[in-house]
Amino acid sequence: MPRSPSDGDEANRISASRFLARPRLQELIDALRGRGYRVIAPVPRDGAVVYAEVESADALPRGLRESQAPGRYRLEAATGDRVFDVVNGPGALKPFFFAPRETLLQVRTDAAGFEASETLPETPPTAFLGVRACDLAALGVQDRIFRRGRFPDAWYEARRRDVLVVAVNCVRSAATCFCTSFGTGPEAREGHDLVLTEQEDGFVARSGTPAGAEVLDGLSLPPAGAERVEAEHGALVACAEGMERGIDTEGFPELLYARLEHPRWAETGERCLSCGNCTAVCPTCFCHDESDEPALDGSGAVRVREWDSCFDRDHAQVHGLNFRPHIAHRYRQWLVHKLGAWIDQFGESGCVGCGRCITWCPVGIDITEEVAALRTEAP
Amino acid sequence: MTAFATAPKLKLAVFKFASCDGCQLQLLNLEHELLPLAGRIEIAHFLEASSRVEPGPYDLSLVEGSVATPADAARIRRIREESKVLVSIGACATAGGIQALRNRADVEDWKQRVYPHPEWLSVLPTSTPIADHVKVDHELHGCPINPLQVRRVLLRALLGTTPDLPSGSVCHECKRAGRVCVLVARGAPCLGPVTRAGCGALCPSLARDCYGCFGPLDDPNPPSLAGRLAELGLGPRDVERRFRGITGYAPAFRALADRIAEERSAEETGGSADD
Ligand code: SF4
Ligand code: SF4
Ligand code: SF4
Repeated sequence: MPRSPSDGDEANRISASRFLARPRLQELIDALRGRGYRVIAPVPRDGAVVYAEVESADALPRGLRESQAPGRYRLEAATGDRVFDVVNGPGALKPFFFAPRETLLQVRTDAAGFEASETLPETPPTAFLGVRACDLAALGVQDRIFRRGRFPDAWYEARRRDVLVVAVNCVRSAATCFCTSFGTGPEAREGHDLVLTEQEDGFVARSGTPAGAEVLDGLSLPPAGAERVEAEHGALVACAEGMERGIDTEGFPELLYARLEHPRWAETGERCLSCGNCTAVCPTCFCHDESDEPALDGSGAVRVREWDSCFDRDHAQVHGLNFRPHIAHRYRQWLVHKLGAWIDQFGESGCVGCGRCITWCPVGIDITEEVAALRTEAP
Repeated sequence: MTAFATAPKLKLAVFKFASCDGCQLQLLNLEHELLPLAGRIEIAHFLEASSRVEPGPYDLSLVEGSVATPADAARIRRIREESKVLVSIGACATAGGIQALRNRADVEDWKQRVYPHPEWLSVLPTSTPIADHVKVDHELHGCPINPLQVRRVLLRALLGTTPDLPSGSVCHECKRAGRVCVLVARGAPCLGPVTRAGCGALCPSLARDCYGCFGPLDDPNPPSLAGRLAELGLGPRDVERRFRGITGYAPAFRALADRIAEERSAEETGGSADD
């Protein structure tokens, strides 16, 4: 359900809001580092923004914005010295918790048999700065799968445990964004410790948790005042209303199940490369493969887990048969699971509307267009 | 003493056909790993490493290079008979190699032009992959192959299991490595989406576009990518060339390049008829 930003209690919101002048952003980074966190923030690299460790606010994408379209992403210079105008890049928070490749177990063999021990990662306390509302929602989706499922994942948990999130509300959306379709943005509502909204000369700042409040209090910031909070509200409404794309989720998942034989799948199967980029950039996709790497001297093996994809032909290979032999089958599996079966499985949508699968698809297949085409009954 | 150390050694052979030796070299590049392996593997035939040659049969034969002469064609059959498991290694052995460019040309004509004594040469009209001649158990792709994949083949062979090699695209590895896509962010004509994983996304990691040296993945879609390359500004000739590289003789790449070539020549003849 789309929702309007800032429908909370107006007076509370004003009294809770502080103002962080842009030159003081470094103080926030220093405060986080001073509390023992490594700080991960978006930085420009190789023509996009990626999440990387920063020590200085100068590392942020100052004076840059990006243009996104199906299959296309470009960083561009913008006027002014705003640091959070680039909405997102290919990477979400996913790789930090659900690692692209990691060792799960160390297995030792000897004459008596074998012994397996977990190799849990040692991750320093981590603060993320500049997390978007959709990615925060996606983090919630992955948390419910990896942390709160029937089999909590120890490796995910080890990375996820000691984390502080400084979210940034979106006052600008990319052309590929459609978070309003899922009510996940543009404003961060839950899951953050602190949230910033960037304005011309700085940030409106609020805390979401006691840990965030402690950081904020330590900075001794002035109140933001009613005028800034009003402007913030206006910017968030404008951002939500300006979003170009959307998915009509009415009737999901049943509507999608009723479209399994739609001719659109075959058409899209002709375009889709089955390359798996969409699943890799999707902040909620969780499929993985496990394999054993034997030791050189035969003394055992390590068990490795790495990201897999339903677009990989082997993903559906069982006992010499493949139950998704054509690319169209794989595209259908991905979309129907993401937007439909996920609801049956986890009680929520698997899509948060971040738009990454649209931008980072080499041939620009657009999930919003696909759904629009699938909604119309086959001729 | 481990349970495996008492097992008999795996008898390994490495053979070379029409190739540059670069793939065999990857085996030697395993360097510090070869020593612990030496206790478990007997190198029975590997001319690049040792002139000592043991007769077959072999537990595992790695075959580099393409079949380019009548003698090659006979020799690969003998090797197959002597090998329990045969793995072809590299773009030449799996796709005919760059020398397969001659498969579209008149070899007799080339012989006359290039060699002072063409009558001394005995060559087949085509350069073809090993699997066109004998049954191959596994293929290691790449120009050259990735030493980590050789390692995997050896270690899995020691356990008597299959190597379990990737079937998906280079993009999987590229994204797992956290690279920014050069096609999407720069418009570079990357072949990663149709190319088999295994290199660790080497080229995109160096900010350049993949040129397909691992050959097509299982079930690729070159026509769709070709359409995208055209949108990025490549003319038909450039797209064709892109797919006629080191693994250009692999069926999926060849079919696309041949189709583009046909369309081009149809257009050219059509054009001249109009004049
Ligand atoms: S399906 Fe696409 S838009 Fe939805 S969350 Fe995944 S990457 Fe983002
Ligand atoms: S939809 Fe796009 S990104 Fe996803 S597998 Fe197909 S071509 Fe690749
Ligand atoms: S750079 Fe190439 S290999 Fe990497 S994701 Fe993009 S298209 Fe795929």
